[in-house]
Amino acid sequence: MKQTYWNDLNGNFFPEMALDFMPAEKLREVQLQRLQAIVKLAFDKVPLFRSRMDEKGLTPHDIKTLGDIRKLPFSMKKDLRDTYPYGLFAVDMKDVVRLHASSGTTGKPIVVGYTQQDMDVWAEVIKRGLLATGFRRNDIVQNCYGYGLFTGGLGVHGGLEALGATVIPISGGNTERQIMVMKDFEVTAIAGTPSYFVHIIDVAEKMGIDFKDLKIKRGLFGAEPWSDGMRQYIEEKTGIKAYDVYGLSEIIGPGVGCECECQNGIHIFEDHFYPEIIDPETLEPLPDGEEGELVITTLSKQAMPTIRYRTRDLTTIETTKCECGRTIRRIRRIGRRTDDMFIIRGVNIFPSQIETALLRAEKALPHYQIVLDNQGSMDTLEIKVEISRDMVSDSIGAMENITKRLKHSVEQILGVSVTITLCEPGVIPRSEGKAKRVLDNRPKT
Amino acid sequence: MKIPQISIFVANRPGRLQTICKSLADANINLLSLTLADSGEFGLVRLIVSHPEKAVTVLESSGLAAAITDVIACEVDAGLGGLAKLLATPAGQLQIDYMYAYPMQHEKNYAIMIFRFKDPDAAIDALRKAGAKVLSRKDLLGD
Repeated sequence: MKQTYWNDLNGNFFPEMALDFMPAEKLREVQLQRLQAIVKLAFDKVPLFRSRMDEKGLTPHDIKTLGDIRKLPFSMKKDLRDTYPYGLFAVDMKDVVRLHASSGTTGKPIVVGYTQQDMDVWAEVIKRGLLATGFRRNDIVQNCYGYGLFTGGLGVHGGLEALGATVIPISGGNTERQIMVMKDFEVTAIAGTPSYFVHIIDVAEKMGIDFKDLKIKRGLFGAEPWSDGMRQYIEEKTGIKAYDVYGLSEIIGPGVGCECECQNGIHIFEDHFYPEIIDPETLEPLPDGEEGELVITTLSKQAMPTIRYRTRDLTTIETTKCECGRTIRRIRRIGRRTDDMFIIRGVNIFPSQIETALLRAEKALPHYQIVLDNQGSMDTLEIKVEISRDMVSDSIGAMENITKRLKHSVEQILGVSVTITLCEPGVIPRSEGKAKRVLDNRPKT
Repeated sequence: MKIPQISIFVANRPGRLQTICKSLADANINLLSLTLADSGEFGLVRLIVSHPEKAVTVLESSGLAAAITDVIACEVDAGLGGLAKLLATPAGQLQIDYMYAYPMQHEKNYAIMIFRFKDPDAAIDALRKAGAKVLSRKDLLGD
């Protein structure tokens, strides 16, 4: 049979990906129908949503167009804590087939639930992301996301199974074994947090393993913001292609959006997750192309329908069309979260700015940690930077120049003075999940 | 004729020198010379050892960052003014930049000095022309 349609760069056609290429009018139609249904479900079954609608004098019948979404109340992480554990569920527990929970850094964790339909949607969107980034069923994939309550491990696992790839459910940790498996099992692709993969690169180097001798070609990385510099570092060090997958547990986990092979922003699977950008101060919606806080409405989630969830991630919705031809819109990669931001002497600072500055000065990504403290009435910002083999010199002057270069580069970007402390290798704790870059020792007021 | 010297980055905290010496001893690596340089914030330990390449591997597996640089070992007359005489040779007149130097061994008649020159090859040439005895790795290990 003559093949007329194709939707990957090699001229193949994947029906699962067709949803990514739906004509825009058709997509808006699907979104409106689903929005109306999800608002009705939440209104009927979730008391918190119902009371917020009542306060505004709204009923589901007020949603007549997609634009009417702006009338709806926002939701946020606090709602999950306040209604812990099941207060936002819209179905009976007999229909909930899976629970996940986020690590609670402050008190109780947040709990999220899935019906079988939700599980199917989750696997579908991750599969679409995998296909878009060149993963195929003949790939042997090492999944280093943590398995367990964290949505990363089992979420990506489900997508890989749906794709039909060979999954190695290795989870995080035991890095030397990870490298042995990568080599011996002839792994062709990997998934995990970017900071853990950087750690794998370090350990492989120490073990004398060259990525050129391995079969690995691509990696799907997410669960934490990572800079373009870090991507460049990963790609140059290993020769693999590194793709960004976006998601958050409150919405579904990884798979809310994913890059395509163009590496030109994250396509949101907006037939299931409707994106908006708002001004985080005034809460007013912003037009596509302007930066603000990403807000997402789950259009099909049954167990926990989430309306206008404030993600705390800062980004813009791109206005140009992606070269891949996908009609689903894309957001700029997340570099900054309102949650990660800290304020030093009145200046707003994001850890990603510091990462960019360090990369610019050293042309390599050192392990670093940001330590905030307070001396007298003055906040201090210290950046601990681990010395690697390539940075060691026999000259004290050359070592002091590293400090000077880093300090200059960071201060130029941040506009506040910082202290750079060079440390021995291995003293900054390695994460096997999400990297903890900021240590705030300032007294709480 | 160049001698590999190992430089190790150390934070100013107790026990670091002991870690270095112990991990080398455990690997049967002999220390021929050791010198410390210090910046207030951190220090550099410079070593001449019997097995430099192996030493770097051993140190790295003990979690230290180490690198190799080329230095020159030169025999100096142990008599009065021996070093002054050497430095007055064309090596000094050629204005070869030396960055640091430290003694390694002292016998009755001669001493061995380690020099770090910016351009080790030019320095070896100049020292030889001046009649100084530049030692090889073999000479240092005594076999």
